[in-house]
Amino acid sequence: MKLIVAYIQPHKLSDVKRSLFKAEITKMSVTNSLGCGQQMGYHESYRGVDIEVNLLKKLRLEIAVNDDFVERTVAAIIEGAKTGQIGDGKIFVLDLPECIRIRTEETGQEAIG
Amino acid sequence: MRIKFKTVLLCLFVVAGLAVSTGTALALEETAEPAVEALSPEPVDVESITAAITEELQSNINIVWTCIAAFLVFFMQAGFAMVETGFTRAKNAANILMKNLMDFSVGSLAFFLVGFGFMFGVSNGLFGTSLFGLSGVEAGSDWSWTFLIFQTVFAATAATIVSGAMAERTKFVSYLLYSAGITLFIYPIFGSWAWGNLLIGDNISWLADMGFHDFAGSTVVHSVGGWLALAGAIVLGPRIGKYGSDGKPNAILGHNLPLAALGVFILWFGWFGFNPGSTTTGDGSIGYIAVTTNLSAAAGAVLALVTSWIVLKKPELSMSLNGALAGLVAITAPCDAVSPVGAICIGAVAGILVVLSVLFIDFVLKIDDPVGAISVHGVCGLWGTLAYGLFSTSEGWFYGYGVKALGVQFVGAAAGFVWAFGFGLILFFILKKTIGLRVGPEEELKGLDIGEHGNEAYAGFQIFTTE
Repeated sequence: MKLIVAYIQPHKLSDVKRSLFKAEITKMSVTNSLGCGQQMGYHESYRGVDIEVNLLKKLRLEIAVNDDFVERTVAAIIEGAKTGQIGDGKIFVLDLPECIRIRTEETGQEAIG
Repeated sequence: MRIKFKTVLLCLFVVAGLAVSTGTALALEETAEPAVEALSPEPVDVESITAAITEELQSNINIVWTCIAAFLVFFMQAGFAMVETGFTRAKNAANILMKNLMDFSVGSLAFFLVGFGFMFGVSNGLFGTSLFGLSGVEAGSDWSWTFLIFQTVFAATAATIVSGAMAERTKFVSYLLYSAGITLFIYPIFGSWAWGNLLIGDNISWLADMGFHDFAGSTVVHSVGGWLALAGAIVLGPRIGKYGSDGKPNAILGHNLPLAALGVFILWFGWFGFNPGSTTTGDGSIGYIAVTTNLSAAAGAVLALVTSWIVLKKPELSMSLNGALAGLVAITAPCDAVSPVGAICIGAVAGILVVLSVLFIDFVLKIDDPVGAISVHGVCGLWGTLAYGLFSTSEGWFYGYGVKALGVQFVGAAAGFVWAFGFGLILFFILKKTIGLRVGPEEELKGLDIGEHGNEAYAGFQIFTTE
């Protein structure tokens, strides 16, 4: 089992969701996050005073999958989120030792699917 | 020592008191004497004095009432700002507020310098040609100044309607140019056709001369704003993500319904200046028009609720809010000429109409109007204008007076549509081809607050900007 964590541009969420659904991946959780990478922030100003914003608004997707789903999940996220511009985001694939569904107390592969 | 000091003080008080009392007594005698003398030689014409006092009082009451009404209508700008902010997304809130602030400010200047003259100056048959910047009018208590501030807030109302329909994607500088355009000539020239004789009584004003009745501006203000909004929304195109690749509309949720509701209440409040104020006369008609106005708004809200409950399966807040506004817009033209029951009927139809119109524009025409401005102001303004021909107790069809009034109302409403929609298309098309009407897609996705103004409306809040 793997946990796929992806940071994407907020406005690409609907595209990513669409490509995930197309690949039959329908379980995910999404949270707001702030982060910085190569994009190096942007410029704001307030009442004439400049502000360097270097923590940018991003979304974090977390998707727990069985091993045979990893490749297509990653492909779907890339399909939805890639523009070729700096700031498209990153995907991390982590080992996931255990998963338990609270309602049924199922564990492991069955709990994920 | 101490006692002596006290006595001296006491004496001083007594002396001072005596002096004051004799002084007033003397003064009283002085004023009393001439009055007695004046009464004796010849009797005073009590009637003419009473008439003069009554006239002076009435004219001052008219000025005070018209100014209060103008200030109420000014507050409607806050209502529009809150409705539009609430019905759109957080990432564009500062941009919407900026547009509402600026269309009033730009509009006030443009209307004072040029628009007022086009609308109310000596007419050449098509538009006014004098009174630009109120030249030739003496600074002071002349009625024209009261009339100017009252008409300025009306012009700005027409201008601000459009920002809602064009929300979340319009380039700021283009919007500024548009809002100057509407108050410089689009609104005033049409206004001169319907209201051009309000200041100079014998002015040519072809719609008014035909008998066109638009008491407070269902057509002149609201439909004109609504049809301009329609033109703007068509030329702009929908927001990114509004229509899927299959053409089905997606919901783009407004970010703050409490603000939108506050805005509608403010507008409703302001309308008590908009309609009853258009008498520009302080008398009993104020109360009557306030009643018809309120009944129509209430009926609009209730029927929009019922319609949304039936059509959409839920009693929807945002549709009901639009319904109240629809009732208000519709009663604006006939508010002085209909019975209370007539007002309820007009509002009820507007409440149904606004829901169906919002759905029709969204699902069938596929024109993206984030706040429903086209339906509320354009469609219900048209309905209210025609409703005069049906419900007027003095010349309405339903009261047995034939369809003549309805025909005249139709001509006026049609002229408003052709003028505002036609000119709107031309103006927005020119803006689109020259400086561009729309922001880039990247900026639209990130939000116009950062892109256009470089700051956010909700610093420190976590806001999803996912569409």
